[in-house]
Amino acid sequence: MTDLATPAIANPVPAMSSEELRAARLSAFVRYSLLTIVGLIMLYPLIWLIGASFKTNSEIFGSIGFIPQDPTLDGYRKGWETSTPYTFGRFFWNTFLIILPKTIFTAISCALVAYGFARFEFPGKKILFASLIATLLLPNVVTRIPQYILFRDLGWLDTYLPLWVPSAFAGDAFFVFMLVQFLRAIPRDMEEAARVDGANSLQTLLYIVVPMLTPALISVALFQFMWTMNDFLGPLIYLSSVESFPVSLALKLSIDTTEAFDWNRILAMSVLALLPALIVFFMAQKYFIEGISAGGVKG
Amino acid sequence: MARLQIRNLEKVYGNAFKAVHGINLDVADGEFMVLVGPSGCAKSTTLRMIAGLESISGGEVVIGEKVVNRLQPGQRGIAMVFQNYALYPHMKVRKNLSFGLRLQRTSKAEIERRTDEVARILEIEPLLDRLPKQLSGGQAQRVALGRALIKEPQVFLFDEPLSNLDAKLRASMRVRITDLHRRLKEEGMSSTVVYVTHDQTEAMTMGDRICVMKDGRIMQVADPKTLYDRPANAFVAGFIGSPEMNLIEGRLDGASFRVGDQSLPLDADLMNRLRGWTGSATLGIRPQHLRLNAGPGLRGRVTGAEFMGHEVVLHLDVAGARLVAVLPAADYAALDRGAEVTLTPEPGMAHIFDGAGENVSLPVSH
Repeated sequence: MTDLATPAIANPVPAMSSEELRAARLSAFVRYSLLTIVGLIMLYPLIWLIGASFKTNSEIFGSIGFIPQDPTLDGYRKGWETSTPYTFGRFFWNTFLIILPKTIFTAISCALVAYGFARFEFPGKKILFASLIATLLLPNVVTRIPQYILFRDLGWLDTYLPLWVPSAFAGDAFFVFMLVQFLRAIPRDMEEAARVDGANSLQTLLYIVVPMLTPALISVALFQFMWTMNDFLGPLIYLSSVESFPVSLALKLSIDTTEAFDWNRILAMSVLALLPALIVFFMAQKYFIEGISAGGVKG
Repeated sequence: MARLQIRNLEKVYGNAFKAVHGINLDVADGEFMVLVGPSGCAKSTTLRMIAGLESISGGEVVIGEKVVNRLQPGQRGIAMVFQNYALYPHMKVRKNLSFGLRLQRTSKAEIERRTDEVARILEIEPLLDRLPKQLSGGQAQRVALGRALIKEPQVFLFDEPLSNLDAKLRASMRVRITDLHRRLKEEGMSSTVVYVTHDQTEAMTMGDRICVMKDGRIMQVADPKTLYDRPANAFVAGFIGSPEMNLIEGRLDGASFRVGDQSLPLDADLMNRLRGWTGSATLGIRPQHLRLNAGPGLRGRVTGAEFMGHEVVLHLDVAGARLVAVLPAADYAALDRGAEVTLTPEPGMAHIFDGAGENVSLPVSH
């Protein structure tokens, strides 16, 4: 009896599930294929860029494929040399000189301003915050000319100051807004506990708020890093001597100065220019995601 | 050492809402004072004004001999335990405990000595190197307690510290806190406590005195027994005690209390306390102070009886009013649904409240 009964009960179950399994596998296959294809299409320019940076100049426009026929490091070697007296290393260093103060001071100033808006009551707070948000909606180009004149009168042209000083005074309204939103989601109890423990506002900010704000601050630093790395217009307007050009301008430089463009040099340097942002992004990815998604922090 | 006085304390919010109406409270040195009341009665606001976390709209807070209105929380000589612990999430327990001392630039040796001592008292030594997120609710609450204790403050402030714990843990923490208070007192340390809760059991079991609040006003301040036996008004009478005191509206007519067509003769003690008062009134009698069929009383129909093992909670309908009585379990057999029974108040245990809810039957000496 049991011998008969057992297979009778046991059989239909795997039969059902194997059919289901097949359907599930098929649907997964279709889904992943579709995603892979779309992903590849979207990434293709980047893949082509990397492939092409190893091609010879004559091959670049000869084929649409990205695998170089006879790979060469020529582009990197000559591109690094540049047509100026400086190597590309100089331009990376220049970019670094802009990014470093800009990122650090952005994080500091935006945290201070956001803390003020999120945690203190003061006269005119609503109007001030509204005007801060309003600057978010203001197109950048509108302020370019007055800013240029201002910085010219200060004698800051052809220095890095116009590029990072505004950020050191919480000039990036977006970051302030982002941090304010993040702070609003953090319960105040810890800060109150700190005040009872005898901390003043600045100590509370430094010892309690900033550590809790770290994921958001990392996001701010990352955004600022990538945006500064990619900023072309700012340096173009304020910098005139080649020796102080950052990477974004230097890439354009190699197109300007040579009659026949050596495209593989430009592409090779473009790949290098991509690297810092990519590396930093992947290193900080965990915190970055946390920062922009973690609005609700549990108390 | 550290007496806490509140004089005409007021809180008015920006939208002109008055949350605290000029209250006066005097907490003696070493006293365990409980502020209790329903939510929205401004007990927490009052506590936060004492702490300095909320601005004071009027009146004074005096700690020791000093008016602290204008002092920062850190300078008031207080320590506070928060409802949701408010531990610093990025610091290990050790650092959480010593944060305040480090800000005061206390010497390293002293910090270490006090951390160890507090950890020993609260039995949190094994937790010192953990982060707050690695603690259970009870452990986190003990660390929060430790953070207050380590500062050796003049006044401890507790803001519903046990309401996030489960019932069992709450009971054991209750004992732990009262023990701690007694120990501090015995060792001659400053141990004045202001403890906010909405739980009347906590209030009754922990407080030396209890301050019952409602809508930003103090209803009564007294020790637990007085509060229970001699409530100053109908609100306190209904708030303290479980099940709630029965409050039956009727009319006081010479020597009896009339409700519907019934007339309850008043005992001599109550008559004496009333001193000839008559008029519309509310009779207050605790469920525990009613006896079944023991002479003249209130007649009612049984609407339900809950058998609890050692006692029976009886629900009655008396001339349209609801009446609850707690009776010995032995009475259960006689209590069929729909049965007519008579309940007699124990002599001396009934109260009469006037139209404004004031107790007009308090003893002369009170």
